[in-house]
Amino acid sequence: MSFINLREKIVQVKVVYYGPGRGGKTSNLEYINRKFSKQIQSEMVSLKTHGDRTLFFDFLPFDMGKIKGYELKIQLYTVPGQVKYNATRKLVLKGVDGIVFVADAQEAMREKNIRSLNQLHENLKEYKESIFKIPLVMQYNKVDLRDQGIPILPTSVLEQDLNSKLKVPYFEASALTGHNVPETLKKIISLTVVSVQKKLL
Amino acid sequence: MNYGVVSQEQLEKIDEILSEQLIKIGVDCVIIIDMAGNIITAKDNGASRYDVYSFAALAAGNFATVDAMAKLVGEQEFSLLFHKGTDCNIHFSKVDDELLLITMFGKHISLGFLRLNVVKALEQIRKLWTGK
Ligand SMILES: Nc1nc2c(ncn2[C@@H]2O[C@H](COP(=O)(O)OP(=O)(O)O)[C@@H](O)[C@H]2O)c(=O)[nH]1
Ligand SMILES: [Mg+2]
Repeated sequence: MSFINLREKIVQVKVVYYGPGRGGKTSNLEYINRKFSKQIQSEMVSLKTHGDRTLFFDFLPFDMGKIKGYELKIQLYTVPGQVKYNATRKLVLKGVDGIVFVADAQEAMREKNIRSLNQLHENLKEYKESIFKIPLVMQYNKVDLRDQGIPILPTSVLEQDLNSKLKVPYFEASALTGHNVPETLKKIISLTVVSVQKKLL
Repeated sequence: MNYGVVSQEQLEKIDEILSEQLIKIGVDCVIIIDMAGNIITAKDNGASRYDVYSFAALAAGNFATVDAMAKLVGEQEFSLLFHKGTDCNIHFSKVDDELLLITMFGKHISLGFLRLNVVKALEQIRKLWTGK
């Protein structure tokens, strides 16, 4: 649930990067943090294990500047991807306004992507949200691995697996090189802002 | 109150209550956040500068975690959530199902006295909500 402060004219919007473990959610935020330092006033918060795996969430506040006189603050979160962390994953989804689903495009990850998306669907239902209604963008990450000869699913297969019913915008991307990382972010921000405007103004 | 948007008038009244009940007795900083980690309002004594946005995200996560643990052991909730440091203490309390009030205060205020004032502030804020 976004929050609008009418006195200080600040709008806070919550965007969550969701997806299977090691798919590249944290890497997306790290890239954004490096690339858009002007728009980021505080440090990225990462709650992780010693093994550098996300334990609870990453948090990165992103300033969009003014839109129609309102200062827009996009609060970016990631969830922990490991299967055993669903309880904490759900907590991070509380009050979510928009979601980027980061799928791992490697062939070996096909099942895990589908399972993670199904769980997102279930988790949203518990908050009385619908995966069909919430602003959502698909990101097919790690396509750079294709050049190293690692088997990557064709986008048509990923679309069939993950996006045939949802029909949301999608991007092939590489969180490592940054390919389509800003485009993914821009897309989810614009979808989310439109939906928040409809809901609240 | 239509949660999601708070009117200017309501915010001013809430800020007044926070100043009167908490900042005046020497609290460093008081923040109201929602369970999603958004900041509703933040007041400080002018001397302390915290990164309130990161703080709100972490505080919401912390509260949600403790709340989930309470449910796991069969408690409705843990009524006291308090972190004690050498120079700074943090106290959490629920305003309602959606909102949290967080106070940061130094060693010159006792927990008992703080809680008393938090309860008063909460009563006044809740009245503001239901009065509409
Ligand atoms: N080649 C390649 N590796 C990536 C890409 N994105 C992430 N990785 C690597 O995949 C691993 C897991 O990434 P991480 O961002 O921690 O995944 P998370 O669990 O979804 O947060 C790390 O070793 C990253 O360096 C990508 O686009 N291409
Ligand atoms: Mg991660």
